[in-house]
Amino acid sequence: MAKILVYIDNPTAELKRSSRELVSLAGALGEAVVASPGPFADSTAAELGARSVSTVYLPDSDALGGYLVGPKAAFLAEAAKASGAAAVLLENSFDGKEIAARLGIKLTAGVITDVVGIDEALTATKSVLAGSYTVQAKVTTPVAVFTVKANSVEISEPAGGSAPGSVTVPVPEATAGAARITGRTEKPASGRPDLGEARVVVAGGRGVDGDFGPVEELADALGGAVGASRAATDAGWIEHSAQIGQTGKTVSPQLYISAGISGAIQQKAGMQTAKVIVAVNKDAESPVFEIADFGVVGDLFQVLPQAAAEIRKRKGQA
Amino acid sequence: MDESTLKIVVLVKHVPDAQFDRHLSGPDSRTDRSESILSELDEYALEAALQLSEARGGEAAGNRVIALTMGPAGAANAVKKSLQIGAGEGVHLSDEALAGSDAAATSLALAAAIRHLGEVDLVLTGMASTDGETSLVPAQLAERLGLPQVTFASTLEVKDGTVTARRDGDSHSELIEAPLPALVSVTDQVNEPRYPNFKGIMAAKKKTITTLSLADIGVDAGSVGSAGSWTTVLAAQPRPPREQGVIITDEGDAGIKLADFLAARKLI
Repeated sequence: MAKILVYIDNPTAELKRSSRELVSLAGALGEAVVASPGPFADSTAAELGARSVSTVYLPDSDALGGYLVGPKAAFLAEAAKASGAAAVLLENSFDGKEIAARLGIKLTAGVITDVVGIDEALTATKSVLAGSYTVQAKVTTPVAVFTVKANSVEISEPAGGSAPGSVTVPVPEATAGAARITGRTEKPASGRPDLGEARVVVAGGRGVDGDFGPVEELADALGGAVGASRAATDAGWIEHSAQIGQTGKTVSPQLYISAGISGAIQQKAGMQTAKVIVAVNKDAESPVFEIADFGVVGDLFQVLPQAAAEIRKRKGQA
Repeated sequence: MDESTLKIVVLVKHVPDAQFDRHLSGPDSRTDRSESILSELDEYALEAALQLSEARGGEAAGNRVIALTMGPAGAANAVKKSLQIGAGEGVHLSDEALAGSDAAATSLALAAAIRHLGEVDLVLTGMASTDGETSLVPAQLAERLGLPQVTFASTLEVKDGTVTARRDGDSHSELIEAPLPALVSVTDQVNEPRYPNFKGIMAAKKKTITTLSLADIGVDAGSVGSAGSWTTVLAAQPRPPREQGVIITDEGDAGIKLADFLAARKLI
């Protein structure tokens, strides 16, 4: 059975949902193995074993965390060679794509990004032009590299199994001349899920007029993440990393609620692959209603708090 | 003023205008570029290059800002626009054999074109192209040129042979440092791009665009294009248009009806 190597970037934390998805996908395609820039916590290693991961590949240096992409890609290339993996899976984040890009050159391996599915023949399905087309693509080199979008794979039930064995591989390249992380400022934790992988996203636009309160309240009632249109981030009402659209993030949640956003093509580009779209806007002519499964022509300052209260009530939280 | 001069290559691309619907066409599902413009995201990279050059005395002091593009005849428009905005030189890599190149083949050709330009201090790019959206080319180009990459810079400084940038993530922001030469991609937060003015448009008429073929940069035609690509598209289907659902006008209970809808779809 071919080995499928999954790259997990944050070994010290609990497994992210997207990591569980990648391990599930790897197990469905072959024998799942994992590479990580540092050793896993015992509980995480146990979970990987229960998810049928046979081997974890680790670097012989603990310095990788202090660097951007280059040295991580160099390590992952060594892990891919040591494992003889037929495919390498990474998350579809900015970092994931960049590591994949450099890995592809190092291994002479084709890279396919924005993947939403992979079949046994390693044919990938992806969406292009901001979700307006679905494409089937294949890598023509012996090894394939894929970055897989969050929420596109069912997480399989852990089958049980012992903790994986570990193999240490050398980090070949001198880290001199690489881009180094010299400072890091944590942002206050919002307690909300990561926008890129949240199953529910509530986004606000020009119509919130500086007040994201109702958007945040509804997001919290649903356990979702908060997003924004470019108009809202450009106005400085919310930080830039919340931006969804052509120049921001692309999200594919189960539920996307758009509040006070007209839904120009730039915005649509970031969210039109969501499973269910709900729109609330004062202007009945807003283009967002053309793609909404449920739309409310009304004042978001009335509708959102009422919906949030009703949802909390039904969940037994109020 | 900073003493050292810089030679900066800015990658620019002509892309279909994202304000309108975009299409794939032809037997191998290539992007239709008939209505193309300079990628909006590339304007931030060009502005960053111009600011770095101007802070060092501009062209008069020996700084160089070179706009480089790859693609068919229409691609030269992105370079022309860059010259109008303020780039000093334009280079257009154009060869029929390049058609159908994936990121691996594109980065191979661009790396050879940049080597052809001699020693370069900085390669600047936008955060993504607005059409291909794979974001692979800058990282693959850095790998092929052996350069450190500093990507998604929302601030950018160059001093004493070192580039420093801030990178804003979801849960934290990071300060990144890399020695020159380096490849840097900038976000739309890094600056406010200038518009071409009349003087710039007139001045651009006197600037030359150098057209390079694969032979000029020593690249074999078989190593690029569809033949040199490591990925292939098997099929493409337009996404079925989303159908409009139920639209209601709020009569005081729309929040409750919204909750009803979510419950019916098992979303709460």
